[in-house]
Amino acid sequence: MTELSLHGLTKRFGSFTAVDGVSIDIPDGSFVCLLGPSGCGKTTLLRLLAGLEEPSAGRISVDGEDVTGTPAHLRGFGMVFQSLALFPHLTVAENVAYPLSIRGTPRDECRRRADELLSLVQLEGMGGRRIHQLSGGQRQRVAIARGLAIEPRLFLLDEPLSALDANLREHMQVELRQLQQRLGVTTVVVTHDQKEALTMADIVIVMDKGRVQQVGAPMEVYRDPANAFVAGFIGTSNLLPCELGEGEITVSGRRIALDPGDRVKARPGEAVLSVRPEDIRLSADGLPGKISFVRDLGESVQVLVEHEGHEITALYAPGARPEVAVGETVGVEFVPGTRVVLPA
Amino acid sequence: MSARADRPTPGWLAAIPAAWLAVFFLVPFAIMLGVSFAHRVPGGFYEPGFELDSYARFLSPFFGRILLTSVALSAGAAAICVALAFPFTVILARMGGRAQTLVLVALLAVLSLSEVIIGFSLSTLLSKTAGVGNFFAWLGLIEESRAYTPSLFALMTGLCYLALPYAVLVLYPPVSRLDPELGEAARIMGATPLRAFWTVTVPMLRAPLFGAAILVFVFTLGVYLLPQVLGQPAHWTLSVHITDQAIFQSNLPFAAAMAVLLLLVSLAMVGITLLLGRAR
Amino acid sequence: MSRKLQAAYILVILAALAAPIVVVAGVSLNAEQALLFPPPEMSLRWYGALFSSPDWLVPLRNSLVIAAVSALLAVLVALPLALHVWSRGGLLSRALYTLGVAPFMLPPVISALGFLVFWVTIGMYGQMAATIVSHGVFLVTLPVVTLSLGLGAMDPALVEAARTMGATRGQVMRTVILPLLLPYIVSGYAFAFVLSLNEYIIAYMVAGFTVETLPIKIFNSLRYGYTPIMAVVAVLFVALAVAVFGLIGRFGNLPRLLGAERVEER
Repeated sequence: MTELSLHGLTKRFGSFTAVDGVSIDIPDGSFVCLLGPSGCGKTTLLRLLAGLEEPSAGRISVDGEDVTGTPAHLRGFGMVFQSLALFPHLTVAENVAYPLSIRGTPRDECRRRADELLSLVQLEGMGGRRIHQLSGGQRQRVAIARGLAIEPRLFLLDEPLSALDANLREHMQVELRQLQQRLGVTTVVVTHDQKEALTMADIVIVMDKGRVQQVGAPMEVYRDPANAFVAGFIGTSNLLPCELGEGEITVSGRRIALDPGDRVKARPGEAVLSVRPEDIRLSADGLPGKISFVRDLGESVQVLVEHEGHEITALYAPGARPEVAVGETVGVEFVPGTRVVLPA
Repeated sequence: MSARADRPTPGWLAAIPAAWLAVFFLVPFAIMLGVSFAHRVPGGFYEPGFELDSYARFLSPFFGRILLTSVALSAGAAAICVALAFPFTVILARMGGRAQTLVLVALLAVLSLSEVIIGFSLSTLLSKTAGVGNFFAWLGLIEESRAYTPSLFALMTGLCYLALPYAVLVLYPPVSRLDPELGEAARIMGATPLRAFWTVTVPMLRAPLFGAAILVFVFTLGVYLLPQVLGQPAHWTLSVHITDQAIFQSNLPFAAAMAVLLLLVSLAMVGITLLLGRAR
Repeated sequence: MSRKLQAAYILVILAALAAPIVVVAGVSLNAEQALLFPPPEMSLRWYGALFSSPDWLVPLRNSLVIAAVSALLAVLVALPLALHVWSRGGLLSRALYTLGVAPFMLPPVISALGFLVFWVTIGMYGQMAATIVSHGVFLVTLPVVTLSLGLGAMDPALVEAARTMGATRGQVMRTVILPLLLPYIVSGYAFAFVLSLNEYIIAYMVAGFTVETLPIKIFNSLRYGYTPIMAVVAVLFVALAVAVFGLIGRFGNLPRLLGAERVEER
């Protein structure tokens, strides 16, 4: 029933187009990650949603209601900023209750609701503290609680976990996702970290140069990238130029028959072959290459193979480690059914 | 961001300070400019008109001497102050937060002191009965206590006393923003501390140093009381004469013309400073 | 330079700055009406005399009233100015900021003469209101600078956060911006207050013969007969300045307020 819907949304700063004709429909209760490299327009898109920027063209509607011209303070959304933007002159509880007190909620009600929200983010009894007395992770939780205080129609987060160290960040990703599932609030998170997106999202929106490159479930985007940019940005991909023919491709002059499970997104002619490192096998056959490096990471083993100026990465579980040494010549094969042929 | 959806302040807010400063700051300057061209009525104020008589008086040797005195005194004070203030500021910026705050409190307290109080304090310090003369006599350096004021020395001391805290506070932001690792890098590459200071710190701060000298110059150009308290009539500056003409000679047009000249000199100096700041 | 030499340099300069004040403090303790140092006989009688002689009480009252009101005026004008410059930018902002800092960049005698002809023209020459407004305009630079620093140090996301949480522009101003600016408002006021108390040339030119302030009174006494009360006033002014700036340094970050960026936390 309810949904967030963007139609031809565009934002230009002078001659620079930050967001270029974005149209998406997002079902109610989704957890959406806006993913892309820095400067791709994801933060601008989020700010357009929040009403902090005015779109140059296009419409935003929530529950079928057009909110394009609605100022930020009347949209009734919750937002967590990259810097968190917690008020240093207010206590933790006053921060959390700020959206309520601004709406004239009685003091007692504010206090009760602040306690409730703080226990939701596991900060019971911290309401009287000052912001500077909290750790990074605790501040994060205060910002999330504050964003959820008015039970928003839409919850927006701009790189919310970027200031945390790696361990805490992974922990908070899980916590944020569980919280969102419990509350069922439609959530949009901006991130440049593809692991974070894959961990949390129902829907991943991959952006580059102001345009949406692909929209889909995390595994869909990972397994079935729409183009070479998505394949390269999400996870690690081996991208090799190839020639697409009838039921076969030619890589470095060698013909490889396509399997019914392989995905072909390109038209016959020049194309790009994309294969994940875990779908590469080293054997006596296949494309000839020379082992250039073996990276033993404990949980996995990466073998880098040099093939005609391209570096191909193969990934093995520690037990399946192939008996190879640097400098050896090997053959590179692609597991049938995992190959994706993308437009050049 | 070129276009924010909404800004934290309404546009009409600017009207308050704009109107206030236009009426009470720009209009007085405009009137002053007008008065400088007005016709002087001896014994009274002036009557409106347009004549260059007041400006013509600049061409006299008497006036040339006044201008020269003002410029020489200010230039001297600027050179001495910056030379003293620069090492002071460099050391200050490296001190701990608490010690820095204490020194800054002392500097601000001295800076805020009225010229009158500084003039009075220094004239006391340099006087025969209560000053360093007593101290030197007690040490046996001189036979009998004597006064060191009024004199050029006393006046220059006063100007430096007035402007030194100012020079330090002008130099303080650029000096404290200087990356201390630059000097450390020079040390690791083999420079002695003094050499690191001369080859790294000083060249990097050349523009702020020059800017500080100009600001001190303009600052001391406006000094009005010290030349009367600590100096001799020969040391009277343009500022003293402006007040003298305006209040005691009742020659507002001439006072205004001198103020306009002083304004132009100051603006030119400040303009040079701004250009230097931009060139960096 | 070794650390000891550095410390010695700082101390010598500070001692030189303190020397005249020490001598004046000594002079203020003279028992007789004489300016002798060291004083042959000590007494606090001139401190009492300041507060009992109408000759000095009237200028004292004038000075305090002028400083209190003109500093308030300066802050009231500087606040919208700094807010506008901070939130908008553009040509008008640059012009306003230049106008705001100009009074302090020029020799005050120029402004003083400008004010003189202005008040003569509109017929308010010699009134205390003229001194107050002139000081308010002249000292506007100080709160403009402190407020601009305060606004510059504020995370712009705080304002946006308040907006997304439903605050109107007025509510953002009241609940976020003004509370965070309060220390800068207070220090701007304090700077302007202290400098107004000490200002001579403008007060003298605008109403020197009718509204005597303490600096004018001291200067007149310098010409027409010394009295240790002058030293008493000087000592009180120094004490007041140290107290005000000391408080700002105690409760605020003075190095930051004066433009330093890298200062270790205390």
